[in-house]
Amino acid sequence: MAVLSVDDLTVAYGDHTVFSNLSFTINSGDFLVVVGENGVGKTTLVKALLGLIKPKEGTINIPKDTRLGYVPQFRNLDEEYPLSIRDFVALNSRQSRWPWLTKKERHRLDRIIRITDLTKIAGRPLGLASGGEKQRAYLAQALLTNPRLLILDESTASLDNEMKYSLLDLVARFQEDGLSVMFITHDWDLAQRYGTRYLHMQADGYTAGSINELAAIVKGEEEC
Amino acid sequence: MLSLAFMRHAFVASNFIAIVSGVIGVFVVARQLSFLTHTLSEIGFAGASFAVFAGWAPLDGMILFTMLSSVLVGQMSIKESRREAVISAVSGLFIGLGILFLSLSSQTASSATSILFGSVVGISASEVHQLIILSAVVLAITVLIYRQLKFSSFDEVGAQVSGFNQTVISVVFLLLLALSVSVAAQIVGSLLIFILLTIPAASAKYFTHGVAKMMGLAILFSLLGTWAGLLLGYLTNWPVSFFIAVIEVIIYVIALLYQNFIEAN
Repeated sequence: MAVLSVDDLTVAYGDHTVFSNLSFTINSGDFLVVVGENGVGKTTLVKALLGLIKPKEGTINIPKDTRLGYVPQFRNLDEEYPLSIRDFVALNSRQSRWPWLTKKERHRLDRIIRITDLTKIAGRPLGLASGGEKQRAYLAQALLTNPRLLILDESTASLDNEMKYSLLDLVARFQEDGLSVMFITHDWDLAQRYGTRYLHMQADGYTAGSINELAAIVKGEEEC
Repeated sequence: MLSLAFMRHAFVASNFIAIVSGVIGVFVVARQLSFLTHTLSEIGFAGASFAVFAGWAPLDGMILFTMLSSVLVGQMSIKESRREAVISAVSGLFIGLGILFLSLSSQTASSATSILFGSVVGISASEVHQLIILSAVVLAITVLIYRQLKFSSFDEVGAQVSGFNQTVISVVFLLLLALSVSVAAQIVGSLLIFILLTIPAASAKYFTHGVAKMMGLAILFSLLGTWAGLLLGYLTNWPVSFFIAVIEVIIYVIALLYQNFIEAN
């Protein structure tokens, strides 16, 4: 079952077309990796999917029951950022509108914090957390609403290898429970290790398919 | 001291001012709107001067001017690259207008001083009532939009994709800020508004790491400053605003020292 489908999508900033006639579908349980050089419009695509920019042409179809979770590449939080990790994650609690968290919301929050291995440091200010801890907190916040599709925009770019794997292993566990993932990355190794399908964006078009086919493209890129 | 009606009014008023400042101040600091708050206070000065000129209550003029301009100034100063210039221009214009209205009205020096620096003696029972109603309005709206306001203030990026309209939240908050500026000006005067609207909240964030706790602490710091300020003002006959400013700054310095201590350990 599709959690997102994009049909003939063209996005432009003024006269400058970022990409055109892009079509792809993400099904339930897919781990779609989006690869491609800088400037081919990967982040622009994410913005369009999140509704932050209006496409010029084409349609983005997100079924009503698809909740989106989004983990950005970068957040502008300095070391004096005051909220604790727990309070930061809780910002995304949306089951009720009370100023305080309901019992149900607290349970969900505790569970997500436990799964993302943040329990021990949950009381510490996020501003003082390490890069890996911050990304785990961003992931926990996105997972709090129990999304059906999680979009990771270069979320591992600033992490060392071990942290990359541990973050994506965590995501993969949710994927086994039916979460679909769209992972934007530069890292071909990670793409092949975790992806089930790929979307390769290029300046003059795109290719998409099962992850096994990506190997041939990788080989081609390496020869270039 | 509390047998004097004006002191009782001042104490009641200061309690509500402290609560509003503590609650709104936490968001002012998180949204980095300290400078805008300062500009709104100058706009409030022009509004109060206009009220004196037109024969209204100063608070009404302040509310009118700050509410009308808050959203406009907020939108104009969104672009960081031109924020400073926009704020300087707007501040200058409104201080100028304030001076003009004061010079056009017959009462000048004393009313200017009380608008700029606050005047506890001047608060009547009906003004206290008005202030309580305004505070209740600010707090009620804050409760209604609390979750969205909290999300967009403390994590703009995350809030962008949470499905609610960020522009609406930002506009509503600017209107709340305008009302809070008008409320706070009654005790500390328009020049020193940020003493209550930003410093207590800025101090609180070093001691605690939850939004509600920061509010509680900011309210406490504001109350400490206003109560002690009123008491010391009464005892010494020196301006209350002076004492409030000194106390809040001392709290802020202690907060910074505490933060340095934490970081060093």
